[in-house]
Amino acid sequence: MSKTTDKKYDVELPKLGFLGTVRFIWSQLTSMRTALFLLLLLAVAAVPGSLFPQRPANPAVVTQYIADHPQTGPWLDRFQLFDVYSSVWFSAIYLLLFVSLIGCVIPRAIKHWQAMRAQPPRTPRRLSRLPEYAAMALPAGSSVTRQSAIEDAARMLKRRGYRVHVRDTGTERPSVGAERGLFKEVGNLVFHVSLIGVLVSVAVGGLFGYRGQKIIVEGESFVNTLVSYDNFTPGSNFHEDRLAPYSLQLDKFEVEFDRESKTHYGQPLDFTATMTTRDAPGAEAKKQVLKVNEPLAIGGTNVYLVGNGYAPVVTVRDGDGNVAYQGPVVAVPNDGAYTSTMAIKVPDAKPEQLGFVGFFLPTAVEGEDGVAVGSDPDPFNPRLYLNSYKGDLGLDNGDPKNVYVLDTSGLTVLNDRKQEAGGIELAAYETAKLPEGLGSITFDGLRRYVALDIDHDPGQGGALVFSTLALLGLGASLFIGRRRVWVRTGTHEDGRTMVEWGLLARGEDPRLAAESAALRKLFEKEWLAAENRPADNDRDAVGVNES
Amino acid sequence: MPSIDETLGQYSELFILLAAMAFTVAFIAFCWDLATSSKTIRAVEARLAEQRAEQKVPATVGGGAGPAAGAPADVAVADESMDYAGERRNAARIGVAVSVLGAVILAAGVISRGIAAHRVPWGNMYEFCTTGALVVAVVYLLTLVKKDLRFLGSFVIGLVVIMLCAAAIGFPTPVAHLVPALQSYWLVIHVSVAVIASSLFTLTFAMSVLQLLQANREARARAGQPDRLAFMRLAPSALTLENVAYRINAVAFVLWTFTLMAGAIWAEKAWGRYWGWDTKEVWTFVIWVVYAGYLHARATRGWTGTRAAWLSIVGYLCVIFNFSIVNVFFSGLHSYSGLQ
Ligand code: HEM
Repeated sequence: MSKTTDKKYDVELPKLGFLGTVRFIWSQLTSMRTALFLLLLLAVAAVPGSLFPQRPANPAVVTQYIADHPQTGPWLDRFQLFDVYSSVWFSAIYLLLFVSLIGCVIPRAIKHWQAMRAQPPRTPRRLSRLPEYAAMALPAGSSVTRQSAIEDAARMLKRRGYRVHVRDTGTERPSVGAERGLFKEVGNLVFHVSLIGVLVSVAVGGLFGYRGQKIIVEGESFVNTLVSYDNFTPGSNFHEDRLAPYSLQLDKFEVEFDRESKTHYGQPLDFTATMTTRDAPGAEAKKQVLKVNEPLAIGGTNVYLVGNGYAPVVTVRDGDGNVAYQGPVVAVPNDGAYTSTMAIKVPDAKPEQLGFVGFFLPTAVEGEDGVAVGSDPDPFNPRLYLNSYKGDLGLDNGDPKNVYVLDTSGLTVLNDRKQEAGGIELAAYETAKLPEGLGSITFDGLRRYVALDIDHDPGQGGALVFSTLALLGLGASLFIGRRRVWVRTGTHEDGRTMVEWGLLARGEDPRLAAESAALRKLFEKEWLAAENRPADNDRDAVGVNES
Repeated sequence: MPSIDETLGQYSELFILLAAMAFTVAFIAFCWDLATSSKTIRAVEARLAEQRAEQKVPATVGGGAGPAAGAPADVAVADESMDYAGERRNAARIGVAVSVLGAVILAAGVISRGIAAHRVPWGNMYEFCTTGALVVAVVYLLTLVKKDLRFLGSFVIGLVVIMLCAAAIGFPTPVAHLVPALQSYWLVIHVSVAVIASSLFTLTFAMSVLQLLQANREARARAGQPDRLAFMRLAPSALTLENVAYRINAVAFVLWTFTLMAGAIWAEKAWGRYWGWDTKEVWTFVIWVVYAGYLHARATRGWTGTRAAWLSIVGYLCVIFNFSIVNVFFSGLHSYSGLQ
């Protein structure tokens, strides 16, 4: 097998014609040098994806980045630097690489198939030119003839895992050709083909899979339908009827923080969500436990625990004295002490819509400057710090809005630190009245919530199988030594039987010399042990004149 | 969860400091060995000359004609197979002995940290560095049993010292429990294999650097220019270095492939997708592709030798980048540096 298919093309190219040109381009594309070039290019092309925020992972950060860099941002976007791994240029590189791979693997597979069915290659005329060469002379009077020695050698090589072929029997110089390690090339081919398998599996996942996010507060439940998701990313061939109609209810969410360590006090140790699940409406209810590294498998999807936080329960009454909002509000934690930001939107309040923006602290302590800070992730002293607003919240015009953020630019401030009324500060079960008789807000209780990722990836199994095959093939390819051995015998003028052997490895093989020594041991044991006489192993004494 | 044993944790930190000191002494000894290499080389040459005299083989060494006379074949006196020769190298012996001592103390430090925390001691940067340094040192000392790689001592032990200093100065982290995201047996599998692969890459990095130096010397010798790096005569030829580095890189690449796969499986368990181009994943992939390129280069005409060595070096720089800069400065899901 030739490792390099590239040839040196001379400066003057002959006229190739169309077919010739195609063939020329193809041979260039499938050359080792091109493969190497494309591999290195792929490595370089993957880097920008770690330098710039990426849309699939973090769309909001990308929008922010472009807003922050009005000069460069749009240009980076034009070159798809925020979508590196689906960009035209990245795709082009890996597709070319895989075309090259296929073009490279097919001819090699055919060639190797033939090599595996063919006999070991013919015996070279001069074994002494091989990288490993040795010879021995059997003592005079030995019963081993050149013919029986060759048959012995073939047998011993076969036992060592070689394919053997005895040739030139009946001539002066019979020989045996032997080869082992054909599995090395098989491993290499399996490795490369499996890479294609991995790529295809990833594509299958991208086409037919889906992925969604959902936040569930303790006591609430989720049904696996499109409308229930907070966020949903379908694959390009997704159909809604692929969603299995299961449901999940979060019964309880428990957290454990480190209370012993002085240095890591308050670091989370364990999160456990207890869920009630149903495979379909009306099906039997099951209790299941969900943890961070232990997803829950249901309805062909996996459900992962990816985040958690507090949802303070509030009641908002409007200016008419009616309850305009009541329930838990998801607060987004920003640090290890669960200092959380929250926004409450009350579009139903009359006469004016109401909005609140502020912080929730599970354990509030007063800092030096009089500003409260969170000091612990557990709710030892839970407090709400809110500003309030009145005016049109802008929810009615149908634009998608981030539920965790309230745009206050068009609103009128009711409460904040600069107003006469001050900001709102609520301990548990306290109520604050809004200015101008516009209503009140009560801090009724506290629940926890979990953030779930729900994922269906039909390509996952294939990716695992093919990458495992790739690993096995790689091991075979790198660690199996492919070598050839030829043994030739002859009869010296003085009647002694002479044996010589040569070894050749494909590629660099550190074990070749050891193999030659092992063969000598085997031969000596077979042919000399019985005679019990020291062997004359001097190469010069062999006397089989070769040059 | 069982309590952290903080006293034992403090002992562990003390052990690791002591180990760093021991390795520093070993490093100095190995440097001393290289600095006094001319003496060793003279001894080797004397022995070789003697052997030739016995075998009545005409000597090819231009005896006494000065360093410039060295033909390429004589650029290195070290044995091709890197087996031990008879010359006494006292400084190198001290280096090896003190390294063994350092490795034992370091092992005590790493193990006691694991016991103090009731888990495997590779959960944050401090622990990656200390465990990694231990693996590098142990792998190196184990290869020394069979092969005379003492010429690598100052490079490898130097890197060990750097890793320990980075741990103690750059990433000091008291013993603690793991955050829930890291509580998985995949941490044990994925990270341990990653650390072993990185340690092997560390060895081949040192060899590739030496290979470039040696190739340069060989070229100068062929051009008849004087030798500027005489101590490099203790290292084998560039070709030998290349072949040994290739063998180790092949093992490390298989381990790295496994690291990549185990990481993907773990990511699937923890985050619901096996691959998401998170910063850490990007760089793990880049490293994998660069070393795949290296293996290809070894089979591509015109790319073996110096160019392959450069790829091996670039691959290692990516490993370092992935470990240091990415862990500390890039935000991503893999936020486990343990730094505040
Ligand atoms: C997806 C891109 C590719 C990757 C990741 C890759 C990776 C590898 C790796 C790691 C090896 C060394 C292990 C072994 O010998 O099995 C290797 C060997 C090899 N690859 Fe690739 N390869 C890729 C594409 C290609 C392409 C396009 C070609 C054809 C031009 C090719 C031809 C070869 C050959 C001939 C060898 C054997 C080299 C030897 O004899 O040592 N590979 N490849």
